[in-house]
Amino acid sequence: MSDVNTAMVQKYRNDFLKEVEENVEEGHWVKMCMQCGVCSGSCPFGPDWDHPPQEIFMMIRAGKRDEVLTTESMWMCTSCYNCIVRCPRELPITHIMHGLANYAHRLGIAPKMNPTRRFAKIFWNNIAKTGRVNELALSLKLYFMDGFMSGVKNALAMASVGIGMLKTKRLNPFALISHKGVKNPKELHVLLKKAREIEDRRKGIAS
Amino acid sequence: MAKKEYSFYPGCSSERKASASNYMVSVDAMCEKLDIKLNEIPDWNCCGASIGYAEGGELPRHVMNARNIALSEQNNPDQDIVATCAACWLGAKETADRLDASEQLLADTKEVLKEAGLDIHLKNETPIRHMVEVLIEDIGYEGLKEPMVKSLEGIKFAGYVGCQTNRPFGIDGESFENPMYLDKMVETVGGEAITDYDKKVTCCGGALAFSEPEKSQKQIKDIIEAAYDQGADMIVTPCPVCQMNVEVYQDQINKHYGTKFHIPVTYYSQLLTVAYCGNAKEAGLDGNIIRAKQLEEIAAK
Repeated sequence: MSDVNTAMVQKYRNDFLKEVEENVEEGHWVKMCMQCGVCSGSCPFGPDWDHPPQEIFMMIRAGKRDEVLTTESMWMCTSCYNCIVRCPRELPITHIMHGLANYAHRLGIAPKMNPTRRFAKIFWNNIAKTGRVNELALSLKLYFMDGFMSGVKNALAMASVGIGMLKTKRLNPFALISHKGVKNPKELHVLLKKAREIEDRRKGIAS
Repeated sequence: MAKKEYSFYPGCSSERKASASNYMVSVDAMCEKLDIKLNEIPDWNCCGASIGYAEGGELPRHVMNARNIALSEQNNPDQDIVATCAACWLGAKETADRLDASEQLLADTKEVLKEAGLDIHLKNETPIRHMVEVLIEDIGYEGLKEPMVKSLEGIKFAGYVGCQTNRPFGIDGESFENPMYLDKMVETVGGEAITDYDKKVTCCGGALAFSEPEKSQKQIKDIIEAAYDQGADMIVTPCPVCQMNVEVYQDQINKHYGTKFHIPVTYYSQLLTVAYCGNAKEAGLDGNIIRAKQLEEIAAK
């Protein structure tokens, strides 16, 4: 278990709701949930959540810290925003789910092998590097994230898609060398580093 | 018609040899015919997209979008920001809303941007809009008809609006459950719109098409099946992620489910460009992996 996580457990003791309210994006909304279940019924990947959003909200109030932060549930969010527009209490549910996933990931207790967590990390590092998405590098990194052999297998399975994109000039085969992002990526790195520092300071997470 | 000018945020997928490059080609042609001038935000960066939250967190994500808004305020003052990509629009608009609602977040963002010699003013001086808002609000359906030379008569379209052009912000006056603007656009240029298309606002899986392909392809299968069920010749969408997900996985879905899907997935801007007498190249039709032959035929006439 990470040091940051231990520090947070000690800081909040048994008050997980307070921990969520103070550290999770839009977390102060959690107590407004009235358990109607519309969010759970509206989710496109609903059946794939071990604990749908409505249940997550109740679990937070019941102090089930480990169960909430280590579940794969929030990582099933496709960002379709169905739950947000349908919630009768107008809770920003999508953002709370994103916030919980991000918080668990920052504490180092999110499910290690969850494919969306891993993809999200690859994606952010991809855009933070040059300021703009390098689609070729993104796909290759994703296919090869479990090593060379499985990478070749994944790439072959996706070959027809890749060939279609190449033929229609919607994929740059030379992007690993020729991809261009913003003019001064180093300046962007400075901004993102500073933003992270401020955010960590506000949330009491030492980096 | 007086020339309309906007500060344009094209986004990563619209770049040359990127996944929605043909969307951009058709937007350029469409805007030329409508006398719309798009002034690209110089040196714009990625919005963080829908998956950026996990590693990026809150402030870094908002800084990415705030940098674009600041660059727009500085270089294209007094011009509305317009995005063609649903995620870019959502990301930028969400950041503007959050910074407007939180003094702390705004102060932190300003502090960070100072490192790059930038500042952000907000106060809603810079509305952030989607291209379809420009078309239906600033130009209007009647205005969209004006440059029309050819009718798309005889083609039946399933208007697939998807998620992020529709939720959480949506288009003014439209419902989240059954928005009508895409159907109206189709009808404006003479096409037949399937107005009660079942899967109009169903999620395609978004970024999770990469990380959870099986779950996403189940969604995509339903979206395509419903279009066939209602006799669609092709699907039309305003979103680059929807377009790509619904088009490129059809072979894999066919293998997995034993279906025989082969349906073109087009952009509204391709329809308008063809109706405005643009050729196939100008409409980016050579960028569709599943060729929209009926549109190509009309374009060739």
